Amino acid sequence: MDYSIKIGGEAGQGIQTIGDTLAKVFSRFGYHVFTHQDYESRVRGGHNFYQIRIADHLVMTSREKIDIIVALDLDSITLHEKEVSPRGIILYDSSLIGQVPMSGEQAVARLDMPLLELATKHGNKIMVNTVATGAVLGIFRLDLQILAQILETTFQKKGREVVESNIQAALSGYNHVIAHCKTCVFPLEPETSAAKQTMMLMSGIDAIGLGALSSGCKFYAAYPMTPSTGIMNYLAGKEKEFGIVVEQAEDEIAAINMALGASFAGVRSMTGTAGGGFALMVEGLSLAGMTETPLVIALGQRAAPATGLPTRTEQGDLLFAIHSAHGEFPRIVFAPGTPEQAFSLTNKAFDLAEKYQVPVFLIFDQYIADTLWTYKTFDVNPVVWNDYRLRGEEFARLNTYKRHAFTETGVSPLGVPGEARHVVVTDSDEHDEEGHIIEDAETRNKMVQKRLMRKLPLIRCEIKEPLYYGGSNPRIVIAGWGSTYGVMKEAVDFLSKKESIGLLHFSELYPFPSPSPLTQNYFSTLKNAQFTICIENNATGQFARLMRAETGFEFHEKIHKYDGRPFLLEELAGEINARIGRL
Amino acid sequence: MPVLEDYKGQPPAWCPGCGNYSILKAFKETVVELGIEPYQFTIVSGIGQASKFPHYLKCNTFNGLHGRTLPVATGIRLANHEMLVFAVAGDGDCYGEGGNHLMHAMRRNINVNLFVHDNQIYGLTKGQPSPTSLEGMVTKNHPFGVFSEQLNPMALAVALDCSFVARGFAGEIEHLKELMKSAILHKGFSLLDILQPCVTFNKINTYEWYKKRVYKIEPEYSPDDRINAFTRALEWGDRIPLGVIYRNKRQILEERIPVIRDMPLVKQKFDASKIEDTLRDFS
Repeated sequence: MDYSIKIGGEAGQGIQTIGDTLAKVFSRFGYHVFTHQDYESRVRGGHNFYQIRIADHLVMTSREKIDIIVALDLDSITLHEKEVSPRGIILYDSSLIGQVPMSGEQAVARLDMPLLELATKHGNKIMVNTVATGAVLGIFRLDLQILAQILETTFQKKGREVVESNIQAALSGYNHVIAHCKTCVFPLEPETSAAKQTMMLMSGIDAIGLGALSSGCKFYAAYPMTPSTGIMNYLAGKEKEFGIVVEQAEDEIAAINMALGASFAGVRSMTGTAGGGFALMVEGLSLAGMTETPLVIALGQRAAPATGLPTRTEQGDLLFAIHSAHGEFPRIVFAPGTPEQAFSLTNKAFDLAEKYQVPVFLIFDQYIADTLWTYKTFDVNPVVWNDYRLRGEEFARLNTYKRHAFTETGVSPLGVPGEARHVVVTDSDEHDEEGHIIEDAETRNKMVQKRLMRKLPLIRCEIKEPLYYGGSNPRIVIAGWGSTYGVMKEAVDFLSKKESIGLLHFSELYPFPSPSPLTQNYFSTLKNAQFTICIENNATGQFARLMRAETGFEFHEKIHKYDGRPFLLEELAGEINARIGRL
Repeated sequence: MPVLEDYKGQPPAWCPGCGNYSILKAFKETVVELGIEPYQFTIVSGIGQASKFPHYLKCNTFNGLHGRTLPVATGIRLANHEMLVFAVAGDGDCYGEGGNHLMHAMRRNINVNLFVHDNQIYGLTKGQPSPTSLEGMVTKNHPFGVFSEQLNPMALAVALDCSFVARGFAGEIEHLKELMKSAILHKGFSLLDILQPCVTFNKINTYEWYKKRVYKIEPEYSPDDRINAFTRALEWGDRIPLGVIYRNKRQILEERIPVIRDMPLVKQKFDASKIEDTLRDFS
């Protein structure tokens, strides 16, 4: 069982509400769900869609073939009809979107149903969404009880009457499908569903927020920018419960400097932005490096330079993140491939930022930010939490204190100002151990050795080797990083029926896990493969370049996609097959 | 009680005769007289001659980037509002590069004391005009003179309802100390603009130039009236007022954030036990 539903319409019509609600219903019934969103940078109008995949097994990517289209605009039919599978159906209301022209060569089943009429009948035309949700559940003959619970939670503030009329509206959509479309039945596996447990639904952006929360993040400053705004919203919702201050800065320059101020003052701090906003933050990144102030930066990639495609996805900022900022200083770069990784790497980012007093990046993209994944359980317990700062008694006991003292490890004591009689001094100028401005070559050299050379080998040891998925000694290895994990893994599953193929997924990218005794395994897998393909959601193959620069290894082939859209399963598997075919 | 010796810092690298020396002296005496110990306050500075200030003292110091003092100071206050925080910057630093931050710090009303060493010129980069340079001032890179109108920081601050607005002069140390004390004791964002001759690059706005023009605002003047204050703030030219031009009792940002009302953020312990419960949001 593996179904895909696409809900399409204009911005503001509520397609996200339908999508989120359906995802919730199916996950509460215990099905695996994966969703992704495709939307334009506008609040009203245009054409957006929300795609949901429902399966009885773990799914982590969207497919090309659609089984049900819920069309709230005409584009949903004209643009996407060709994606509908032979068993599929398009559900729409001609009173809403007008007469639909005949489809091309292949007739696709359509159900023109009175969504608007049913919504109006039960109270209000905005309930079209609820009627449509009910109708989709009717196609699956899935009990409305869970939907009723969700409607109850959503609308309880608006009163009993609103809850009831929504439930009735959903029921009318459900009944209409059963009465008027005998053929549209998509069998679920009811015999197993009772045994299944309710699943949790988690998006990449929520997982970063949750990761920050679980790591003791106390301060978040940011300027709103897609696709990073969700982190700010999530943490703002937890301010009171967890003692967090979220400040919306006047610009990204202020955001990163506020986060540095708060970190200097003794609390775990974070900022988040997208590529364009990060461009403004870059001098602040250099300041973090120079002052050795711990900082976590969530960098959400979107497509294209400048404003680009503001709500779309790309993996175009990897080399920017690694090479940004003037001067030389250590930094760490992570790029999660799943919400689970987003959670654990956010935690690792906070830990390492403070342990080594360096800036740490979490690179994500619009795709991973917005996709919803299902989990039976989500383990928040393996969180690492050490307070590396010098506070209270421990700080007061010191006879002397130098913020940038030369040490064996290069890591100097991180005192919290005001907690002892010692003063904490740091400077964006090159400085001495105390933090005061210097010009002499000797101190400069010693500082570089302390800040950069001594820390770097230690940081390198913290970097885990990439995740390998597949059988041993694969003939073909595909490799990638960050958000493409799900689609690459499913492509391997799909292709491994015929091929000896494995996947190397990199989520801890910098310092690069160069061949070393620690990372020997992955490198030999790569070197021993007969054919290697690097897959990236960008035009120039930034990761492949990084790999070559760091290790000298060159991939045989590269698959790139840079239209602002994510890879879909069939598309990627087909591309890989085509490259293998050329062997 | 602290004594002057407690604040001894690095030897200053300013030009002999620079107005900054007087500001430093006034500041040290102010904190001594108020009994504030070096570890009890933080100075955030930017880049420019003024921004070397905290190194010539002893105190918690974040000497950050050009123009960025106020966001850092804001971050420090939000994390620890028991810490007394100063932002020290020059006119180019604060009114030029950091203009946007200044506007929003006034809006937020974060309880930070901003002391601007205003010498109407760029010193560190050797003599370019600053936002407060006089119109027509000729410099190496402005051979036809400055075309832009001089920024009036006092009028800007009153217009933005800045919580405390004052002007001091490096040539009037005792008066400057009083203004520094008032700024520190005032609850709210304080802008103290300090006229300070640059003896090397500004040959127009010299000690003599200022001395001829400055006057101390009369004791009867009420800085609580915003319209009056605006009139006074606009005064510049033959007569330049020194003193508290405007003040109000706006609530500070730190008191408006419920999370830190009872205890500074830095003192709040992280409680990991509640994390498990938050997973309910996702089911």
